[in-house]
Amino acid sequence: MKNPYRTQNIAFFFLFLVTLLIVIPVGLIVVVIIQKGLPAINWQFLSDMPRQGMRAGGIFPAIVGTIYLVMGAIIFALPIGLLAAIYLSEYSKDNLLTRLIKLAIVNLAGVPSVVYGLFGLALFVVFFKFGASIISGSLTLGIMILPVIITTSREALESVPYSFREVSLSLGASKWQTIRHIVLPNAIPGILTGTILGLGRAAGETAPILFTVAAFYLPRLPDSIFDQAMALPYHLYVISTQVPNVDEKIRYGTAFVLLVLVLFMNLVAIIIRYKFRKKKKW
Amino acid sequence: MVKFEIHDLNIWFGSTHAIKQVNIEIQSNEILSVIGPANSGKTTFLRTLNRLNELNANYKITGAVELEREDVRGIEIEELRRKIGMVFALPLPLPLSIFDNVAYGVRIHGERVKKKTEEKVEETLKQAYLWEEVKDRLSESAFKLSGGQQQRLCIARTLAVGPEVILFDEPCSGLDPISTAKVEDAMVKLKEKFTIILVTNNVKQAARVGDKTAFFLSGELVELDKTDRIFTAPKDKRTDGYVRGKFG
Ligand SMILES: Nc1ncnc2c1ncn2[C@@H]1O[C@H](COP(=O)(O)OP(=O)(O)OP(=O)(O)O)[C@@H](O)[C@H]1O
Ligand SMILES: [Mg+2]
Repeated sequence: MKNPYRTQNIAFFFLFLVTLLIVIPVGLIVVVIIQKGLPAINWQFLSDMPRQGMRAGGIFPAIVGTIYLVMGAIIFALPIGLLAAIYLSEYSKDNLLTRLIKLAIVNLAGVPSVVYGLFGLALFVVFFKFGASIISGSLTLGIMILPVIITTSREALESVPYSFREVSLSLGASKWQTIRHIVLPNAIPGILTGTILGLGRAAGETAPILFTVAAFYLPRLPDSIFDQAMALPYHLYVISTQVPNVDEKIRYGTAFVLLVLVLFMNLVAIIIRYKFRKKKKW
Repeated sequence: MVKFEIHDLNIWFGSTHAIKQVNIEIQSNEILSVIGPANSGKTTFLRTLNRLNELNANYKITGAVELEREDVRGIEIEELRRKIGMVFALPLPLPLSIFDNVAYGVRIHGERVKKKTEEKVEETLKQAYLWEEVKDRLSESAFKLSGGQQQRLCIARTLAVGPEVILFDEPCSGLDPISTAKVEDAMVKLKEKFTIILVTNNVKQAARVGDKTAFFLSGELVELDKTDRIFTAPKDKRTDGYVRGKFG
């Protein structure tokens, strides 16, 4: 006779094993980077220009460049993404065209980032003649994270119970008042989470900035948005593969800073979500 | 005075014929109870009056609904819904504080003066018999109130925008007898100032508070008469059967 509890326990054991299989490598990567990278971290490393062909000195311009790029991407992508999400979830009729648009947006989120890089090169660098510059890179990253922002914002808007809208409308509020005062405030945690996850992705990608902004070696800060800039992921790629004899400490130190930056953004997203969930009133 | 005049009303949701050829006159300052079994079209009828059905994509309507001789489709929708308030079956507070729930509609309709908003909130909470219970906790979330308190909060919220008509859709369906009695008290008192249409699946409630009672069955208006006549000497056999609890 079959023992249902044994079957269940065996299933649990395998599910647990698979989970371990996923978690262990990720954990190992993090541990190795911390172990090898942390000793490199000091004030000079964070605040100095790279020297001696990036074999010494700090990574300050790369940090600044990444922050500029991420901010530029968000300034561009958040308003557009949010408005598109509001349109799609609140105003558009449910017809074939809308469904196609939604499907297209979901699929755009899965397009490899190098494709966005080429697109940015063709459109911003060449066609609009922005050249390789912060603005080209920001816009490219912005376009890359738009689908994430639209999709998560839409889900956040749609998760606000329909009955709240009905109540608001039944009191004589207009559709826009209802969105502005009832729907949006309750969707903010979800929208913020999506935005920050998008930011994390923008900060970590190399391919989209490769052709559109990244400077191989630029030991100064950019002085306008039409200037090139260094960026952490690309800098990491360069010192790991393109420049011989870079001290391991510097490479892992750079990786560590990038990791901390991305993890920090994700942490902020988690905290925001947690805070709002505790405050959630329905 | 005649508040509503409804002629040859027919409503469809897709292929469902939800309201069939209904003609009704509703007087102001009285309570009209609407009774009938599940799916008889009571809610649909109610939501026709404030045009809330129009939120459905596959909704179709023929006939005329007139508020004081003016077709409701000719009235600006925000103004119409301000004049015709609605209290839903389940208590549905907005995710705001107790105070802001009531103040929401007041502000939406353009009141900017804080003092006036506060006065309105107090006045309507008193009208809904809730003021004493909440006056010390106005800034708490409305979801911390009990179900019965939430429903009276919803009544206050509806009153605060200054309606002429209030639609109640089974407002006591989730409440205990004591809360129900309080809500009913509030309704009877409100009749002096407002026209009230009360959908209820509790026949006794209709008998208690209604001046007139309408009986709906499968989308048709079977009978509309003074409440005591509906309950003592209905003209239609089906009404008789329903109020005596033979089906429904
Ligand atoms: N949004 C809708 N979409 C499709 N059909 C609907 C919709 N609303 C109501 N109907 C249909 O219209 C008919 C009348 O429904 P209605 O909700 O008015 O009944 P009711 O008398 O209020 O019932 P209950 O006592 O259960 O609340 C039903 O057959 C229902 O399925
Ligand atoms: Mg109903």
